[in-house]
Amino acid sequence: MEGRQILQRVRDRFGPAVVDSHEHRGDATAVVERAALIDALRFCRDDSGLDFDVLMDLTAVDYSKYPGREDGPRFDVVYHLYSVPHNHRLRVKVRVDEDEASVPTAVGLWPIANWFEREVWDMFGVRFSGHPDLRRLLMYEEFVGHPLRKDYPINRRQPLIGPKL
Amino acid sequence: MGVGSFFTSKLDEAIGWARKYSIFQYPFVTACCGMEYMATACSHYDIDRFGAGLPRFSPRQADVLFVVGTISQKIAPVLKRIYDQMTEPKWVVAFGVCTCTGGFYDNYATVQGIDTIIPVDIYIPGCPPRPESVIDGLMKLQDRIATQTQRF
Repeated sequence: MEGRQILQRVRDRFGPAVVDSHEHRGDATAVVERAALIDALRFCRDDSGLDFDVLMDLTAVDYSKYPGREDGPRFDVVYHLYSVPHNHRLRVKVRVDEDEASVPTAVGLWPIANWFEREVWDMFGVRFSGHPDLRRLLMYEEFVGHPLRKDYPINRRQPLIGPKL
Repeated sequence: MGVGSFFTSKLDEAIGWARKYSIFQYPFVTACCGMEYMATACSHYDIDRFGAGLPRFSPRQADVLFVVGTISQKIAPVLKRIYDQMTEPKWVVAFGVCTCTGGFYDNYATVQGIDTIIPVDIYIPGCPPRPESVIDGLMKLQDRIATQTQRF
């Protein structure tokens, strides 16, 4: 299916819950509301025309110093979906603000989301409600802060941790 | 110089001579420098000439800790523990610029030089160092081993 048709299908199903959508050089992007996120993802996975059976990537973007987005919601959580049977892709975004930086988990839809969401929590400090085991993935337990946030000082060094005895 | 100090300095020299040709390394390899380490350790450069041809993969049987590759904050406690497990006498070689100073990984995750964790005897800079540099460092280490006050 073409990106245009994929977006049309998602828009037809979810209407105003799809806040924004665009297609650029074959890459389709749909921005959905947080309340409709899991339903939208499940629809993308289960709908017979869409069949997005692979969650290729789940990441986040910190827009706090992005020109034009300084006042808007701080983070975008981005889902990259791929369909093996149809060989088509869709990018789903959800916008979250810093003071309520939490998104419902997608672990129930794609088990791989478990580690992706742990990485996003580790790097950006976005929580995933309902996640079975939301610990840091890359950094160590004692690490303070979330290093890929734009307000994490580039030259901050954390104290070294000793061997656990 | 008394007879006693003459005796101990000659004994030091003898032990130093023996130790410098019996370097059992523990390669702590974490990153791309490992390829260069392997190239150095293979037959073309033949570090067995210096008595350093046998890597021991147990810190308790090793004399020299070769720290090869970027050390992240997360692996740092492991490196410290490996160092602590080695028996005296022991030496440490920082292999490559990441272990010397952190290199270009000037970021939140990387240790800015392993000398913030453990004492280092020889620094071999380079990204990665050529085998010739490694051999140069190894020979400097041999000089250091041979001339130091031996503890036993």
